[in-house]
Amino acid sequence: MTDAHQVIDNEVKSSDVVLFMKGTPQFPMCGFSGQVVQILNYIGVPYKGVNVLEDETVRQGIKEYSNWPTIPQLYVKGEFIGGCDITREMFQAGELQQLFTDKGIPVGQNA
Amino acid sequence: MPMDAHEIETMIKAALPDATIEIKDLAGDGNHYAATVTSSAFKGKSRVQQHQMVYGALQGRMGGVLHALALTTVASDNS
Repeated sequence: MTDAHQVIDNEVKSSDVVLFMKGTPQFPMCGFSGQVVQILNYIGVPYKGVNVLEDETVRQGIKEYSNWPTIPQLYVKGEFIGGCDITREMFQAGELQQLFTDKGIPVGQNA
Repeated sequence: MPMDAHEIETMIKAALPDATIEIKDLAGDGNHYAATVTSSAFKGKSRVQQHQMVYGALQGRMGGVLHALALTTVASDNS
């Protein structure tokens, strides 16, 4: 269990924006993961996708790591931001774009 | 195994007694729901914390028997 936590912690901190998802950004395997991918692509922010379907330890471990029961999960600079609903709400309110800007993460011109 | 809307509402109410809960069965299959939960208990909490309170109320069913619950939380003023 400790190993899983360490592996996940390393992944979370491996990039400014990390999305734990089912499938890959190119081929999302779940509608909720796909929605977050579309939002991040639209904003034009660089991010790393971690496919939890490739590793059962990560798939279960990530839920304990954040005390969050579902996937996708979005992390920015090591901080858990939310799942699909919160990401969408923040995007629609313009808060997600603001968050990236505040954290000094470059976003594309669509934002 | 699906959960019915009434069961979801009852569990949330048990944890957040003042909550107003609206649940929609999105696909009519008893497995894909959207819920809006309004409670004064959410005041001063982040969105993540508000959602965690609702997931906590569902005692592990979210992500298990309950696959899809699109959640919106609203902090009400009446306390």
